[in-house]
This record gives sequence, C-alpha cells and structure tokens, in this order.
Amino acid sequence: MFYLETGQYKTSYAKDQQIFSLVQDRVGIVVILLIAFTAMPLLASEYWLSTIMLPFLIYALAAIGLNILTGYAGQLSLGTGGFMATGAFAAYKLTTAFPELHFVIVLLLSGVITAFVGVLFGLPSLRIKGFYLAVATLAAQFFLVWLYNKNPWFTNYSASGVISAPPREAVPGVVVTGASGSPEAKYLFTLTLVVVLAWMAKNMTRSKMGRAWMAIRDMDIAAEIIGIRPAWTKLSAFAVSSFYIGIAGALWAFTYTGSVEALAFEINVSFEVLFMIIIGGLGTILGSFLGAAFIVLFPIALNNALLGMGLQNAVELASHLELMIMGALIVAFLILEPHGLARLWQIFKAKLRTWPFPY
Amino acid sequence: MLDAVLLTPLGEIAAYPIFFFEVLIGGLLTGVMYGLVALGFVLIFKASGVFNFAQGAMVLFAALTFVGLKDLGVPLVLALVVTAGVMVLLAFSIERVVLRPLVGQAPISLFMATIGITFFLDGFGLTLWGSEVRPLDIGIPTDPIIIGGLFLNGFDVVAALVCGALVLTLALFFQYTATGRALRAVADDHTAAMSVGIPLKVIWTIVWSVAGLVGLVAGIMWGAKLGVQFSLALIALKALPVLILGGFTSVPGAIIGGLIIGAGEAVFEVFWVGLHGGASQDWFAYMIAMVFLLFRPQGLFGEKIIERV
Repeated sequence: MFYLETGQYKTSYAKDQQIFSLVQDRVGIVVILLIAFTAMPLLASEYWLSTIMLPFLIYALAAIGLNILTGYAGQLSLGTGGFMATGAFAAYKLTTAFPELHFVIVLLLSGVITAFVGVLFGLPSLRIKGFYLAVATLAAQFFLVWLYNKNPWFTNYSASGVISAPPREAVPGVVVTGASGSPEAKYLFTLTLVVVLAWMAKNMTRSKMGRAWMAIRDMDIAAEIIGIRPAWTKLSAFAVSSFYIGIAGALWAFTYTGSVEALAFEINVSFEVLFMIIIGGLGTILGSFLGAAFIVLFPIALNNALLGMGLQNAVELASHLELMIMGALIVAFLILEPHGLARLWQIFKAKLRTWPFPY
Repeated sequence: MLDAVLLTPLGEIAAYPIFFFEVLIGGLLTGVMYGLVALGFVLIFKASGVFNFAQGAMVLFAALTFVGLKDLGVPLVLALVVTAGVMVLLAFSIERVVLRPLVGQAPISLFMATIGITFFLDGFGLTLWGSEVRPLDIGIPTDPIIIGGLFLNGFDVVAALVCGALVLTLALFFQYTATGRALRAVADDHTAAMSVGIPLKVIWTIVWSVAGLVGLVAGIMWGAKLGVQFSLALIALKALPVLILGGFTSVPGAIIGGLIIGAGEAVFEVFWVGLHGGASQDWFAYMIAMVFLLFRPQGLFGEKIIERV
C-alpha cells in the first residue's frame, strides 16, 4: 500500500532506464542524501563522524570494488588489503612528489595505478578460477604489503616507517586529510566521493560492460559463445574493481587514520571486505553499503553490550566473540540467504507493496 | 642488477657449501611441517571436493585444546585422546551443520563457508582458551644434532620422522582397510561410489575426522616448535601454495610441495633477500604458487581436472 507503482507510467526511454524508477525510491534516496549531507555533519558528534561514518563510507567503497569483481564478475579475490595499500601508497608518493596537484586528481591517479596493479595480479584469472584464483590473489596480498613495508622508497625513507598523511585541501582553505582536517570536512569530502563513485558503479553494472561481467560470472563458456571476450571482460573487472579499492585505500590512509602504513592493510582487511559483500549481498551496490554498515557497527554494538553486562576485560573477549559470531553469520547467510541483506530489503519491499492487505 | 641477482648469491653458495646445506636442510624440515598441514587439505579435497580453508583453524583449535587440557593438569595421553575426540566431534558437527545444507551449491559457496568456519573456530578457540602464547613441551629434545659435519635442529628431525610415520599410516589405511577403500572410491567418483552403496555422509564425517586428527598432529608439532598462539593459523595459510605446487589431489604431492616451498623460501631468504629487509617468507611461497598457476595449474602431481577458462 505504501509502495505501489500504480499510476506511475513510463512514457519515455529515459524514464524506463532510471536507476530509481519509482517515486517512493526517489524520495527515499533524496531524503537519505539530505540527511547525510546536512543533518549528519551538523548534529552528529565528532566520535560518530570520524570513527563510525568515515570507516563506513570507505569500507562501502572498498566493498563496491570487491563486489564488482566477486559479485558481478564472479572472480573471488582475497587481495583487497594489498590493493588498498597500493592505493594509499600511490596517493602518498604522488602527493609528496607533486604537492600542488589537486587532491581529487591525486586520488583518481592512485586509483588508476592500483587498477594497473590489479590487472597484473588478475592475469592468472585468464587461466584459472575459483579457489585457485583466491590463492593467486593471496599472493598479491602478501607480496604488496611486504613490498610497501620493507621498501623505504615508498615511505620516502622515513625512519619509523609510519608516516602521517600530509594536509591537502579540497577547496581552498578547507583541509580534508591528515590530522589537521576537521571531521566535518573529511566526512563531507569522503561522502561526496563515495556518492559519485557509487552512482558511477551502479550505472556501470547496468551498461554493456556490467552485463558482460555478469554473463562471465553465470557461465563463462556460454558468455564466450555469444561473443563476449573473456580475457577483456575479466581484466576490465579487475581494473575497475582495483580502481575503487585503490581510492578506498587512499581515503582510508588520508582521511580516516591519517597515517600511511602498510600494516593497516593486512589480510584481515581482505576478509572483512569479503564478509561485507557476502552479508550485504553479492552483486548489488546497495548490499555493499548494508554490509559495510553491518561490519562497522557490529563490533561496536557487541563491545557495548558486553560492557553493559559489566564483564571484566570485555575488549579482548569481545574481539574473540566477534570472530566467532562473524564466522557463524557467514555460514548462516550462505545457507539461509545467499543473496544477503540486500535481498532481505527486496523481500521487505515486496511485503510493503501489499501491506496491510494480504493480496 | 644481474650481478646482484645471480652472481653474488651463487658465489656465496659456492663459497660456503656447508652453510648452504644447513640452510637447505633446515628449510626442508620446515617444509615437512607445511606438508603436514597441507595433508589435511588434500584428504578433504579428494573425498568431498571441498576446498577446506578451515584446515589452518583446525590446526590452531586442536593445538589450543591440547595445550589447554595439558595446562589444566590432564595427563599427556588423556589430553591427546580427549582432543582427538573433540576433533571427531567437530568433524561431525561441520558435516551436519555446514556441509549438508550446502550440498549441490557452487564450490565457491562451500569455499566461502569454510572461511566462515575458520573465523568461528579461531574465535571459539580463543574465547575458550585465551589468546596468550602457551609453550608446549612434549619432551622432544631441541639440541642440535651433528650429522656428517652439518648442524641440524634435533626437533625438526623428530618432526620429520613423525610426519613420515603419519604419511605411512595414512597410506596403509587408504590401501588396506575397507574404510580406506571406500574413501578412495568416493574420491574417484561420487556417483559411482553411492551407487555401490557407500554412504557418502558417513564418508565425509570420517574424512573430516581424519583431517582433524592430521591437524592435531600438525598443531602439536607446530605448537611445540613455536608455542601455541594465534599466528599458527597464519602459518597454516601457507599450506595453500604448497597444495598448488604439489597438486590438490595428491598426498605425496602435499609432502613434496611442502619440501620444495620450505627449502625454496629458506634459501631465497638467506641468499637473495637477506640484505634487502628480509621477511620474504611472507610471500615467496605464494609467488611460486602464482607462477605455477600460470604455467601448470594442476601442480606437480595433481590430476588434470582443472577447468581451463
């Protein structure tokens, strides 16, 4: 009853191809964006902005990247952490070598560099698939993190190996990176980027390229026979996916933590992002956001719940319980709802259509 | 450049042959331990086609349970028996709770489910037994043994012997018992095995139990070497490149792959990377695996079942 499409006619091709073809959806997304752009920075505390919203947005971006590769193109990757590190260090090298370059351009260029690295490690996918590919991407994970960690050139020969992100401005006078940027500025900058990139990703998956990815995922031989080039399709998925993940890594280092270090991108980051897309929903952009929100909020909620119960040294226990519950949830989602939270939202919408009348 | 890559390391090897052989044999003995973990993967993959990412977690869980019981004052043998029982119980529950509902799903879903099992087991073990490093002393001497002028770590030699005994036992079990024959039949062809009356679910439980027991042996050996701690699960990840090298379906391949990886990374680390920051063990094995995937995806001894894309 609240979600009826009755009376909404599509009278042009443009209307037929809208991302949000229902008025209700359009109103919903505008309200969400308004809240995110105005109410959030005005009302939310600094804690919420810089320790919940920022990682949520950046994780969502990384999850979109991995979702393009794993959810849409069907190539399992465990190298997300390594590619995020590539983006972070590419941005650091670029912005220290060319300080006058605008930071958005730095981010885009670091995404492009990560895309090249992604294609390089995606080459094995032309011959192998499934968990064989997963092991090949593990090579990317371990090698890249080791490379940035052990090679002083990447950290500009800093003595400690931990370097703080230099301050950079998005518009003149507003610093959006490092420790000197205000949480509001960092949040709005990240939010704008994520919204634009997510919108681009959504459209990409509805384009010829996105359809080719899905065809390869569903059955590669059939896709090849109807004229889709598997090599080109897979490598383009690796490139686009790594582009997103690289930008996410650069944002992680520059706006969220404010320090560029390889050890922030260990293998557990790869697993976390993989869990986001499994829980959120493989092959949906919405799922990337839902999964990221879940994975960011869940440990905090668990921690607070344990503290609320008055348990001693709850932090350690919470981190162990978190592993355990996360693992159980993954198995449960794979068995009960392989399409994740995004599918649950769809079911809810279908229910909302007829509610409160049964037919 | 070429000088640094080829001449200097090879020159060093030629100059100190005894040191080279010590490094090589040390690496080989570590490789045996990698092989021990990889063995569990192979058993499960052969019998059920499931790529069990959780083997590493099973190793850690077995080691944690064993050392936890032992620290509670349970005698060594009893602790061993109880832990073995726990591993069998674990195999039973994994088959019942995870594998059975996922029968017929894409292999990649099963693979991701075993990643879920990995996290569950890691968290469960740590919640139960805590996260501090626990030393495990099972009475193996660690004094160096001198054989023909080479200094060898006595512990590694014992580990190699244990591993050899384990492989021999498994080979005999597979070759000469009815259960072993059934396992091999399932590995060859699921459908044919079912049609001659081999109960697939029972076989799966058995093979996960055997993998759990192999994990227990591996966990005790690694735990005695490094202390029982969370990083054991990471070491176990190295079984993946070992498998790719040796082939997913070959028991000898797991051991030989382990030997090659162990020796290769030790020699590479000492003679090639040593001066440039070190710690190349983190990625060397994976890079070798990647090269193998490009040129010989079925590994050294695996069956050529891999689907070409």
